[in-house]
Amino acid sequence: MSLLESVELSIKNILASKLRALLTMLGIIIGVTAVILIIGLGNGVKIYMADSFKSLGTNTINVMITGRGSSSRKMTVEQMYELVAKNPKYLLRLSPSVRMTGTVKIGNETSSTTTSIGVSEDYFKIKSYTIASGRGLQYSDILDRSYVCVVGSYIAENYFANNALGKTIKIGGAYFEIIGVNSKQADNASSTTDDYIFVPYTTAARLSSTGTITNYVVEIPSVDDSSAAIKIMNDALYEIFANSNYYMVRSMGEILNTFTSMVNIMVMVLSIIAGISLVVGGIGIMNIMLVSVTERTKEIGIRKALGAKERYILTQFVIEAATTSGIGGFIGIALGYILSGIATSFIKSALQTNLPVSPTASSALMAFGISAGIGIVFGYLPAKKAAALNPIDALRNE
Amino acid sequence: MEEALIEFREVSKHYVMGDTIVKAVDLISFKIMKGEFVAIVGQSGSGKSTCMNIIGCLDVPTDGLYLINGRNVGEMNKNELSEIRNQMIGFIFQQYNLLPKLTVVENVEVPLMYAGASKSDRRRRAIEELSNVGLGEKLKHYPNQLSGGQQQRVSVARALVGNPAILLADEPTGALDSKTGREVLALFQRLHKSGRTIVLITHDNSIAATAERIIRLEDGHVVYDGPTDKEKLVHAEPTEGSAENESA
Repeated sequence: MSLLESVELSIKNILASKLRALLTMLGIIIGVTAVILIIGLGNGVKIYMADSFKSLGTNTINVMITGRGSSSRKMTVEQMYELVAKNPKYLLRLSPSVRMTGTVKIGNETSSTTTSIGVSEDYFKIKSYTIASGRGLQYSDILDRSYVCVVGSYIAENYFANNALGKTIKIGGAYFEIIGVNSKQADNASSTTDDYIFVPYTTAARLSSTGTITNYVVEIPSVDDSSAAIKIMNDALYEIFANSNYYMVRSMGEILNTFTSMVNIMVMVLSIIAGISLVVGGIGIMNIMLVSVTERTKEIGIRKALGAKERYILTQFVIEAATTSGIGGFIGIALGYILSGIATSFIKSALQTNLPVSPTASSALMAFGISAGIGIVFGYLPAKKAAALNPIDALRNE
Repeated sequence: MEEALIEFREVSKHYVMGDTIVKAVDLISFKIMKGEFVAIVGQSGSGKSTCMNIIGCLDVPTDGLYLINGRNVGEMNKNELSEIRNQMIGFIFQQYNLLPKLTVVENVEVPLMYAGASKSDRRRRAIEELSNVGLGEKLKHYPNQLSGGQQQRVSVARALVGNPAILLADEPTGALDSKTGREVLALFQRLHKSGRTIVLITHDNSIAATAERIIRLEDGHVVYDGPTDKEKLVHAEPTEGSAENESA
């Protein structure tokens, strides 16, 4: 009697009592569906985060120097450039980043949402921005401390009807000529980099109250180099300040990794909780199998009289339990995928967020394996009971 | 003289029931040769069911020796007993004991399945055996769609399909009306003529009379072992009616 025949016979037995089989499977179905959904949701969150972080740049590290007041321990822009030049393997390009606090006035309108920062000519390359029209900032603009600026596409569209070149913008009392328009970065409107104004950092520093440059963006080859790049930066800064409280080095990649591992832990914890329902489902299967053995005592007796070895009876019942929970697992996987699709479109329409609930094939495979395994484990005890039945007693049973 | 197919040598079977030991079968000896048609007769409690269980290798003796085809059953493990049942014994039960969820032909295939025959071989032999008992048209029916006599014929086909050495029938007519019962007995006699060894367990003398030899049991002992005709003369008891078949 082959395995395939045993499975065939099991399916026949299961089909003979569909409602009972479905109720038996319910625990497994719910458990598998929950696991699939949770893993899918976790993946969705990870994808969503990776997307969001990518727009912030995961191939950069940010340096912030809070400094030591009037002390002689200082890090100048020149020193920073030297540091980058000395470590070409991990530090590629550098741009200071000077946040301007002055009010932005465009024509007669005051824009409270617009952000203006001072950057170097390399900033656009670091961020992979391309200039849509006009030109970008140049080294000469930095040297000359020119009053020129590149604006985000939202500003160009919204205030200048896409005809921004040559116009002026007033930031904190100073007039800047628009020399370029950045390409569009995000789909939805304001508070993104499309609502930014980029000016030469030297000009921004001159206009700021302190005149010092405290923030830098450094490009690194890839996310994987974050740790090495951060270490180089930290070491260099510690040498100057001799105290790690006076500066901060952060990388979006590092933060993303931290978030990702947090999400992973969360998904794992939730999966374990959902997995409890799998165990409950397994106990349900064991319960029904015990009932089934009692009901089929006579059948077992007949089969034994006709020459069935204990091994066959054992296999038959174990396979029946495994088939039951396997089918349950399969239904659970299908249901999990369907609900994932529904959840994705719901999140998209209700929250305007692209968070794809995407279960992985490996998680589906794992769920199926675990549910079949649970059938085997929880089916074993009833099967053992069936196999050990005394044929005479079993035959006498009505 | 050729070797006996079934040999009981002082076989005893004792059960412990509470504080007392019940001797269901006590020091029974007999031989059944190949090709014989033997009826084991006795009232309930005479030990005939225990005898049947032992002959059918569903049970092993407490004491004594049971040899089937010269092999000692007492020394066999459960797996070997299963194999013996599968290959040597064809069971026919009073309640037919067909599997209700399987079709007629699938029921007949069961012993072959446990014997490891291939699917096509099984199907072919089952159909052949069902045709022999006149049920070639009912292959796809389920047992509950058949009459009692037809079901019993299915169980005969199932018993014969593996070509066992012994046909072991336990009150085969007990659940049938007298006409159908006679038909089944006629089938047995036909099988006997074709050389089958048949052991018939019954409490009913008129049915036992179909056999050529009778072993009568009383209280776990053999009280008669001999040809049918002579036994009838010795024990001129009234024949019991089928009304006494409590399980019928």
